[in-house]
Amino acid sequence: MVVHIKYFASLRDRLGRAEDRLDAVGEVTVAGVWAALWPETPLPPNTLTAVNMEYAGPEQSVRDGDEVAFFPPVTGG
Amino acid sequence: MKVELRASPFGPLLELGCYQAGLDQRLPGQYGAMAIFIGTMRDFNEGEAVRGMTLEHYPGMTERHLQRIVEAAFQEWPLLDALVLHRIGALRPNDPIVLVAVWSAHRAAAFAACQFIMEELKSKAPFWKREETADGPRWVEHNTPG
Repeated sequence: MVVHIKYFASLRDRLGRAEDRLDAVGEVTVAGVWAALWPETPLPPNTLTAVNMEYAGPEQSVRDGDEVAFFPPVTGG
Repeated sequence: MKVELRASPFGPLLELGCYQAGLDQRLPGQYGAMAIFIGTMRDFNEGEAVRGMTLEHYPGMTERHLQRIVEAAFQEWPLLDALVLHRIGALRPNDPIVLVAVWSAHRAAAFAACQFIMEELKSKAPFWKREETADGPRWVEHNTPG
């Protein structure tokens, strides 16, 4: 299955890219997506995650075609 | 109800006047209270001068969550209407960042809903501020408590 990944703001700057794509086999969670793409880099503390534009926890499972986003705390308003 | 992102500077009072003129036609004589919050860009933050700012968002998710926050306010209080405008893109000091306006029959609902929308927006709507300082750009890591 294919998972589309987006990074925003300071996290994107740190990682040096805005998007990724993961071809995964079998069940994968949000945390698993990060671990597969960034095996050397632990997910920075306070990072927020979303699946298909809804906030999601690290253990939420991801399905084929889903969009997973990683971003720092929000600072609007 | 109107929720919009704006990529260029807007005049909150002008927007409010135009919107309320429409409201007066749709709901004549019904509202007795309007509460507004306008957030404006400062030229300082955390002890440093700030020359400009860029507001990034997550297209799609930001609009969805703003809409949901306003709908939650309508569930909680007897509101007649609401207007939320939020800037994205490049801002200068004094530029309005956000306008929240709510209309209701009585003041308690208007005050409470306006604050609720603002606090929810601050904690849930995916926006990120990057400030331009004399030492270069820096990301705002967290919002002020209030």
